[in-house]
Amino acid sequence: MIVQELIFYAFSLVMVFAAIAVVTVRNPIYAVLFLVLAFFSAAGIWMLLEAEFLAIILVVVYVGAVMVLFLFVVMMLDINLVPLKEGFTRYLPVAVLVAVAMAVELLMVLWSRGRFGASMFPVPAPNSSDYSNTRELGELLYTNYLLPFEVAGVILLVAIIAAVALTLRTRPGIKTQDPAAQVRTRRDESVRLVKMKSEKPRGT
Amino acid sequence: MLTLAHFLTLGAILFSLSIAGIFINRKNIIILLMCIELMLLAVNMNFVAFSRFLGNLDGQIFVFFILTVAAAEAGIGLAILVVLFRNRQTINVAELDDLKG
Repeated sequence: MIVQELIFYAFSLVMVFAAIAVVTVRNPIYAVLFLVLAFFSAAGIWMLLEAEFLAIILVVVYVGAVMVLFLFVVMMLDINLVPLKEGFTRYLPVAVLVAVAMAVELLMVLWSRGRFGASMFPVPAPNSSDYSNTRELGELLYTNYLLPFEVAGVILLVAIIAAVALTLRTRPGIKTQDPAAQVRTRRDESVRLVKMKSEKPRGT
Repeated sequence: MLTLAHFLTLGAILFSLSIAGIFINRKNIIILLMCIELMLLAVNMNFVAFSRFLGNLDGQIFVFFILTVAAAEAGIGLAILVVLFRNRQTINVAELDDLKG
């Protein structure tokens, strides 16, 4: 039990540190990398909560795909960082005030009268070793949540098409194929019939 | 002993930090998008904690869908960002005032 607490506090500290770094660090590339660190720690804590499938998905899909996409975009854009940081010190007091007020309010709700403590929500026993989180999630996903699952697929498809359609551009002066024109071509545009007399074979 | 309140506290702290991030990085769209991702992570943390302590897997299904929508949002947001930078050569929020009357 004490080991679990140590793991929880270690991951939480890393995560809060990474979150602070994400919002304060000057270079966006470092911010993305600290966000990756935050996601890794979150995956560790989810592992502690016995949500193994989601922890792995968070690392594989979120860190592996979405964060790498962020990294690509940050590196591709040639950003002038100086004007983006102006107002940092001006808004810092307001930001700290709002964040502290919000955190204090949330923590007051969370810790008052043991509302979410061990008496109201007893700590569940750990799952048995033959319990498969992925299997349980799959059974739920393909029965009760089949329609939302399909809708999620459609949302991803829409996102793919939207991203491609937004970033696609046709620059003038580039020699590219026009498949529509190629398909539309007719016979008399490419074939010319020439009338000529038949040639005699040599030697006869 | 790790209770539900511990995990909810972590989520609350994370959410407050990302709120602060939106306040202090209000010029940089990339950091703003990252703060939104951090907020979604905080919310997901609460979902997973409740799912564990209530013994109900529906919370994890919700996290699954939130991750899906967040991935779509990040993809489209970054595509818009790339188009924006291509047209304006800047991602400074203060300069994006074309729709101002």
